[in-house]
Amino acid sequence: MSLSKQEWLALEKKAHELRNLCLDTTYWAGSGHIGGGMSSIDILTILYHKYLNIKKDDPNWADRDRFILSKGHAGIAYAPVLCDYGYNDLEQLKTFNLTNSKMGIHLDANKVVGVDASTGSLGHGLPIAAGTALAARVLGKSYKTYCLTGDGELNEGSIWEAVLSINNFNLNSLITFVDRNHCMIDGDTEEVMKLEPLADKFAAFGLVVKEVDGQNIKELCEAVDFALASDRPVIIIADTKKGAGIKMIEGDYKWHYGAIDEDLYNRCKSELDEYFKARIERVEREAK
Amino acid sequence: MAGGFVYTAVESTAMSTAEYYGNTLAELGREHPEIVALTADLANSTKIGIFQQEFPDRFFNVGIAEQNMFGVAAGMAKAGCVPFLSTFSVFASLRCADQLHTDICYQNVNAKIIATHAGTSFGQAGSTHHAIVDLAVARSLPNLVVICPADGVETANAVRAAYKLQGPVYIRINRGFDRVLYGDPDYDYGFEVGKAVELHEGTDITVIATGSCAFQALQAANFLESSDGLKVRVLNIHTIKPIDKEAVLKAISDTRRIITVEDHSIIGGLGSAVAEIIAEAGKGCGFTRLGHEDNFAPIGLHEDIMSIVGIDSNGIIATVREVMNKDFEQDDNWDDEV
Ligand SMILES: Cc1ncc(C[n+]2csc(CCOP(=O)(O)OP(=O)(O)O)c2C)c(N)n1
Repeated sequence: MSLSKQEWLALEKKAHELRNLCLDTTYWAGSGHIGGGMSSIDILTILYHKYLNIKKDDPNWADRDRFILSKGHAGIAYAPVLCDYGYNDLEQLKTFNLTNSKMGIHLDANKVVGVDASTGSLGHGLPIAAGTALAARVLGKSYKTYCLTGDGELNEGSIWEAVLSINNFNLNSLITFVDRNHCMIDGDTEEVMKLEPLADKFAAFGLVVKEVDGQNIKELCEAVDFALASDRPVIIIADTKKGAGIKMIEGDYKWHYGAIDEDLYNRCKSELDEYFKARIERVEREAK
Repeated sequence: MAGGFVYTAVESTAMSTAEYYGNTLAELGREHPEIVALTADLANSTKIGIFQQEFPDRFFNVGIAEQNMFGVAAGMAKAGCVPFLSTFSVFASLRCADQLHTDICYQNVNAKIIATHAGTSFGQAGSTHHAIVDLAVARSLPNLVVICPADGVETANAVRAAYKLQGPVYIRINRGFDRVLYGDPDYDYGFEVGKAVELHEGTDITVIATGSCAFQALQAANFLESSDGLKVRVLNIHTIKPIDKEAVLKAISDTRRIITVEDHSIIGGLGSAVAEIIAEAGKGCGFTRLGHEDNFAPIGLHEDIMSIVGIDSNGIIATVREVMNKDFEQDDNWDDEV
């Protein structure tokens, strides 16, 4: 099922809106994990606006698709997605990180509507996702589980323990994304703790690996379509850029967590606009 | 300072607590080539990176793999190195609890865990990053010395002392800046592992505090002295284990009323340690523990959380007044106790 040009454009527009909301939230909060937030936005966009089978008015619907943000520090991107979708009031974003807010850096499943697991301690989300996928089988349900990990997060042994389980139990209802932005806190992933050859590692563990441009909506959708049709579990390595959309921070590991003042905010806004323009031009060029 | 060392590491008062740690470790590194440093993608956040700058060949970033880091450190220690390892307190005490238990404490290796972002000092990150049970875990592990310094200068003291001790040490320090308790780095207040520091004399009641709560307790004591005429003894118990039993027993006998204050659960940390001493002493003593009740803390700034939880000076003042008004010695009525 290929992505129509119209649908692609609509998703691009949504991703642009969500990038802006992520920036706004960082500005309102004063600072945030904007780098790893921006790299994840396109994945979150296609999930919440194309794939996830969820109900706005019934967030706890037992048959809903699950999404688990294993890289929980991307709450600064995830909270805007959940508010924009309608699960939570958009005004709440202005309280992000404030004392007694429901929304802190890492979203709490007991406080924020639509969050399937309280993450933030890295290496926890994928095992939980394996669990919801396994439960679907036991309970005879057809929901899918989607999970998004960081790449630095893959250093955690628990990730590889989960991958063993995903392969062993053949959890093909679980679709995993790796936000492969090549950065962690202390530097480039290949300098701090080598991951490559990453695709080969996952393949050796028994998963079907898809490598795509994680800032390309069409490629991401094709990968999900492939995974949905696969009878073996698929992991999508999404090649992304930390801070994608904001040129001055793009690819810079130092922007893992950063503060944004008014001046910087305004410059980021105009860079996001330029980025959006270029992305729309790509759609015009590449859409059939 | 016991041992009389000069704080060349501490040139500025405008340093975060972790920076005192990083600088002290670098200083120790100059004196002792067997010191190595390990972190799990938190070189900058924990300030162990200051050691890295000076000794890149003795520094190892194991990536985001804390359990592995504890195991590697145990191995290095067994071979004769003295590893200092740093990550956030919540991960050091819980993610790595098994490694801490079996690789570090059971084998009694000479490794020093300097765990940062303690208590609710990383308040906005929420409960995944709050460490409010780490003292309970660490305190129960045999062989482990557990220290919770009150500020940067005390952290420098504790880190130096940890090196001198043979065997595992767990030190938990806060993220960011602590209120300064020992402003002048050259001021010798007699830091000694296992010895309480009396911050304020008093005969009416004793407030026993640890970590960032020590400053708050001192403020409360000063205020209560001028406003209520109360003489509040304040003890800074920086060493949670081995705890200064003598100082607690003396407080029971001298003041008959004790309040503990900590940025930690009231279960298992300083409050529990003091409660055990009081109970075993068999003497009547009014007693209240301040800390996190059996709850996860809210999201927010550290100082806000401390105020909400009641472990800031206001909370301490209110509790002191409450405990002072309790006529426990003559109280034969058990209805309100059960
Ligand atoms: C268990 C654990 N260890 C350490 C941290 C601190 N931490 C938060 S984000 C991060 C780096 C994550 O890197 P990556 O997974 O690549 O995320 P991204 O670059 O996409 O933001 C670290 C070490 C944590 N949250 N959990």
